[in-house]
Amino acid sequence: MAKKIRRWILPLLFLTPLFIMIGLAWVSPLALTVYLGFTDLSIRNFLAFIQDFFTDKVSLTLDNFRRIFTAEDPNIPLTLKVTVLYVVSVLAINAFYALVLSLAIAFFVRNEVLSMILRITWLLPRITPGIIYALMWIWFIDPRNGLLNDMLRLMGVPEDLLPDSWLLRTPYSQLLMIMINGYVGASFGMIVYTAAIKSIPTDLINASYVDGANEFQAARRVIIPLLKWPMLFVTAWQTLSLLSSYEYILMVWGAGSGQGYGIARSAGVMVWSLYSYSKAFAEYLYGYASALSLILVIIGIVLIVLYFKIFGFRRMMEPSKVEV
Amino acid sequence: MVRVTLDNISKFFGKVRAVVDLNLEIDDGEFVAFLGPSGCGKTTTLLMVAGIYRPSRGRILFDNEDVTDLPPKDRNIGMVFQSYALYPHMSVYDNIAFPLKLKKEPQREIDKKVREIARLLRIDELLDRKPAQLSGGQKQRVALGRALVKEPDVLLLDEPLSNLDAQLRILMRAEIKRLQKELRITTIYVTHDQVEAMTMADRIAVMNKGRLQQYADPQTLYNKPANIFVASFIGSPPMNLIEGELEAPDDNSVFFVSSGIKLKLPNVPPNVAKDGQREVVLGVRPEDLQMVGPGDADKEETLEGSIYVVEPLGKEFLINVQVGDHVLKMLVPADGMPEAGQRIRIRPNFSKIHLFDKKSQKALL
Repeated sequence: MAKKIRRWILPLLFLTPLFIMIGLAWVSPLALTVYLGFTDLSIRNFLAFIQDFFTDKVSLTLDNFRRIFTAEDPNIPLTLKVTVLYVVSVLAINAFYALVLSLAIAFFVRNEVLSMILRITWLLPRITPGIIYALMWIWFIDPRNGLLNDMLRLMGVPEDLLPDSWLLRTPYSQLLMIMINGYVGASFGMIVYTAAIKSIPTDLINASYVDGANEFQAARRVIIPLLKWPMLFVTAWQTLSLLSSYEYILMVWGAGSGQGYGIARSAGVMVWSLYSYSKAFAEYLYGYASALSLILVIIGIVLIVLYFKIFGFRRMMEPSKVEV
Repeated sequence: MVRVTLDNISKFFGKVRAVVDLNLEIDDGEFVAFLGPSGCGKTTTLLMVAGIYRPSRGRILFDNEDVTDLPPKDRNIGMVFQSYALYPHMSVYDNIAFPLKLKKEPQREIDKKVREIARLLRIDELLDRKPAQLSGGQKQRVALGRALVKEPDVLLLDEPLSNLDAQLRILMRAEIKRLQKELRITTIYVTHDQVEAMTMADRIAVMNKGRLQQYADPQTLYNKPANIFVASFIGSPPMNLIEGELEAPDDNSVFFVSSGIKLKLPNVPPNVAKDGQREVVLGVRPEDLQMVGPGDADKEETLEGSIYVVEPLGKEFLINVQVGDHVLKMLVPADGMPEAGQRIRIRPNFSKIHLFDKKSQKALL
């Protein structure tokens, strides 16, 4: 018994910093979110509230959830719609377009240098500081001084299809939201996929050529089936990260003016997580914001369980995702 | 079935010259082995025949058709890879059916052919399995099945036996040879194992450092190696090679001289020893050396040495004999037990000795 304990001491010692980090940065905020979601904490009762923190004097209530689910809050239906549009279309770019991109870069383009240049191009937004990236977009889309409308004009897009404002006019604003997030996000999938494609033995691809496949058939019938696990990983990861990410929308559309929502709501780019953020840090309705976040957490957990069910959790935990 | 002609092909990877000016003709239905150490260019050559690599120079012909620029799918070749390269996500059935599906053959035809080839290779019980559930030998058969199912004109085999255990290798060796003779498919077999090449091939192309060393049938390679490389590469245990000089003191005798050795070579015409003296390498196979008694032979035609170590091989003994500064290996029938340190006298079978020019490495006899 003592021996057993001694064997665990060293690993525990090394793991402790990690556990502390997880506890501070993940478990306690989650516990707080759950707790606050059932309270009416706001800037008005803030001081009284923190004195009564975790005592019976705090009245626990389902009021927040009632307001959300009965759409008593008039912003909820639109926010939900925008969130679904955002997650589904950016996911399509991050998980599926990234696959096409990776095939192009790692398989169809034989020239190593060209492939490297293409890879770096797609990595640029990720290695650029977020605020710079956001600013560049704002300049780029400016209808008067920006390049985007001019470029579209050059490509022959008729004048009446060009918006007077990419930021405000739906569906252009929503298209912009998808492009901004998709361009950043695609590089994640690209890195995972290109690594997986490069790890497929060349013999396997050569065998398909000898068997009579052209390059497209080799990609469709040999390479893509072997990327099943990387695809699951990227899809699951990106779903969760998209549900909770709003930083680029916040940086481009702002959260300052417009009754505390920035112009995101009127531009039709108010996603759920940004809405929660705005409720908390523009309207200071901490309780209500926590309830909104909690729903997001639950949706996330449900989706994880669903993905694991669909793809088989145990098989995913087996070694060698790209089988040789 | 076609005749394959490699017309002066070369392949360069940057500065690396993988294959240099290779000329080779493989007859219709012939079984040819590419033999050489790793890095000799044999697999590169095979991949050029397959169409996966494009030659930097030269042409490849199937019969009279120039296929140099044709992609693999238009060459009607079958290939077995060293790693087998079975598609891990497909069942055995789908692996074998894959080439036919790509040809868009009708479903019934595909099913018939897959089952037929599976029966031929005795893997019809395994059709539902995935490659991960197969043993090495089974994978090998599936890979062979996938290569054969589309009735290729040329069958390419890249070290197909090297991942099998020794027993299975001997079994598959015979089976592949029988299959090839039965189907009469022009076959190129790449291997670094000289026993495989010798036992299976009609003709062997020995390669080294990207260049063809000799192209001949197994017996010729063994008995008449064209150069030192072939002589040392073919045969197990390997040929004894001794560096030395030829001396022709008069018009009718030639001596081989090396440190501690002076041997009269009765079968060598004196004109081989040009100018009376020449730097050479003498080659004698271990089985062409025999022990002789003191009065049995002309003393000048024998070598004296002491036994260094004896390796019993069951049927024979492999004796290492220290002669002068050299250790020679000789194979003798296993009777009596020679002892280390014992002084013995040995005589080469002079009709089977080899002489190579040291500079050009080429055979002189």
